[in-house]
Amino acid sequence: MMEPGLYHILFISAALFFIGMYGFFTRRNLITMLMSIELILNSVNLNFIAFNKYLWPHKLDGVFFSIFVIAIAAAEAAVAIAIIINLYRSHQSIDVETAEELKY
Amino acid sequence: MQLLQSLPMNLGLGWAVALIPLLPLATFVLLGLFGRHHFRNNAGVIGTFSLFISTLTALYIANGYFFEYGSVNGVYQKIMALQITWLEFSPGFSIDMGILLDPISVMMLVVVTFVSLMVHIYSLSYMKGEERFSTYYAFLSLFTFSMLGLVISSNIFQLYFFWELVGVSSFLLIGYYFDRPSAVAAAKKAFIVTRFADLGFLIGILILSFQAGTFDFNELIARLGTASNPAFQSATAASFMGVSALTWGLVLVFIGGAGKSAMFPLHIWLPDAMEGPTPVSALIHAATMVVAGVFLVARLFPVFSVSPAALAIVTYIGIISALFAAVIACTQTDIKRVLAYSTMSQIGFMMFALGVSGNAGESGLGFTASMFHLFTHAMFKALLFLGAGSVIHFIHSNEMQDMGGLRKLLPVTHICFLLACLAISGIPPFAGFFSKEEILLAAYTSNPAVYYIALVTSGLTAFYMFRLYFNIFWSKAVPAHAPLDHHHGEGGFPIVLPLVLLAAGSVAAGFIPFGKFVSVNGKALETELHLVFSVAPVLLALAGILLATWLYKKQNERPAAISASLGGLYKAAHRRFYIDEIYVFITKKILFNLVGKPAAWFDKNVVDGMVNGTAEATATVSEKIRGLQSGKVQQYAMFFLVAVIFLAVIFIYLWK
Repeated sequence: MMEPGLYHILFISAALFFIGMYGFFTRRNLITMLMSIELILNSVNLNFIAFNKYLWPHKLDGVFFSIFVIAIAAAEAAVAIAIIINLYRSHQSIDVETAEELKY
Repeated sequence: MQLLQSLPMNLGLGWAVALIPLLPLATFVLLGLFGRHHFRNNAGVIGTFSLFISTLTALYIANGYFFEYGSVNGVYQKIMALQITWLEFSPGFSIDMGILLDPISVMMLVVVTFVSLMVHIYSLSYMKGEERFSTYYAFLSLFTFSMLGLVISSNIFQLYFFWELVGVSSFLLIGYYFDRPSAVAAAKKAFIVTRFADLGFLIGILILSFQAGTFDFNELIARLGTASNPAFQSATAASFMGVSALTWGLVLVFIGGAGKSAMFPLHIWLPDAMEGPTPVSALIHAATMVVAGVFLVARLFPVFSVSPAALAIVTYIGIISALFAAVIACTQTDIKRVLAYSTMSQIGFMMFALGVSGNAGESGLGFTASMFHLFTHAMFKALLFLGAGSVIHFIHSNEMQDMGGLRKLLPVTHICFLLACLAISGIPPFAGFFSKEEILLAAYTSNPAVYYIALVTSGLTAFYMFRLYFNIFWSKAVPAHAPLDHHHGEGGFPIVLPLVLLAAGSVAAGFIPFGKFVSVNGKALETELHLVFSVAPVLLALAGILLATWLYKKQNERPAAISASLGGLYKAAHRRFYIDEIYVFITKKILFNLVGKPAAWFDKNVVDGMVNGTAEATATVSEKIRGLQSGKVQQYAMFFLVAVIFLAVIFIYLWK
């Protein structure tokens, strides 16, 4: 079986990124948008890992960055879900359109 | 500067002296914080008692200084009794708090505590029943504290510090009757005028201490008062507008002193300051605070004496003020204002006495005479004011025409007032005679022009004092609306006691051999009376008294006829030579129109314009771009994406 190269992984990462982008722009449900963001973040993680593995195999910087990103993503998810729950309590909806009036 | 640092009693002495001002400070804090609620009735007793202890301490210190340890080999030493580093800016450069004992500061300690004690006792009765009785005593204590701190200051910055405190407490006491608009205006006027003068003082301090490299009086005098010192040479070499830095510094310091001492043309606040309670006038605006300027010049005298120009200014300002105020005093009808102008005139005497003095031995007679006059003047002027207070208390008016014939109704006041009038007129053997004789002698030996003006002024002094005396106590029978029910008569014991004590002082103070204790270089100065020399001043004084007797003893038409024949001159003097009007003209017409209005225009249009313009520009721009902030999260993300792509394109493909 063929060993996957750097380009394969970069392709998957790019695909993942644009899927996330698409989801973020088209969905109106905040939870779905949050999931899209997670996709984008994971595509970045993939990039880091891939570059680390193929270009500087004797270093660990890329791995560290991925772990950072995962930690931040977790925190961000917690905050975002808290915001979404509060939004639901006050507006009985988690549609992104209802959040528009927060600008006032 | 041989200090007595080796003596074991030095430290104890320092704290004993520190006690003198600290006791009134404690009283001020106590009465100021708790007086209204807890000491409403006994505030006066507390204040008087604590000041009594201060006075005893001061007398004890004076006794010790003058008779035991002050004099070493016949020269009175400058003792640095206490020195505390107060504000340290950098190692070696600090502002200290200290106590400097030398003949003039010890003498001032006695004068201030004694007169202040008299006023405290007097006020027990005079201010009784006032709504803000405890506040009054708190302010009096604050004033006493600041004045005592001023006289024992060991460095020029400490003196400035207390100088301002004195100004504040004077402001508070003049404005004591704050429900009277005239009192409020007078308080503000006193504060603003003296503050304006203090600006000069501050600049002078900075110049002098910069040139000398120290704030400390002893060091400053040693460096700037000796011609061989490098500090002196650089201070005289540096010049601005053709005048040396040293002279500028001294003149500016003198402006501060002139403001506090009500010298022409900064005297305008003093007559108005009479709006304060009368005992306050006696203490602050006659006996103690107004001589602070004289004290300041005396303190820096060795430095003044190396600058003939500065001394000449002191002399001429002094003599002009003396004559000018004496002329005005002859025409005023408010008895307190007569006394106020008389004060100004007498301080003028002290000033020019310093101005004509030399800095050594026999030629230092003016210095001794000035301090002597300060001492005797404190006695009889406080007495005159307290006597006037007693009269005002009785008749409820300040105006001469409401008075007359009071000698039967107020016998003690009458006698004391008469003694004070004789003393200030320079009739032997009362106190004023001796000190004024010395001043005239000093003037005669150094500057005949000044001497003749002073001679005329002392004749005028006798005239206006006896004009006042006859108008109050003789003139008419009994005033029509005098309260004849004797229930408040002369007031009680607290009013009579200070009068009698001060009268005793006015009679006896002249016999103190003052030159032995206070002289310009600390050595005893033998002063002797030259009988022949005394003839002219005494005859002139007697002539003044006789003239006043002829004009005012019985009510008659002569004064009116004379004032009518003098016409414009009388009117000008009566209106105080229009100095107030000139000030109003300068401030309102010239300063307000030429400086105030353009400044206001600049502020409104340029300064505010810039601020408003910024605000308007921001508002306009944000109005334009507010559509961008739609609240649509996805739209934001789209902008973000587009911008990132745009930047990526730039950085990857174009930025090479």
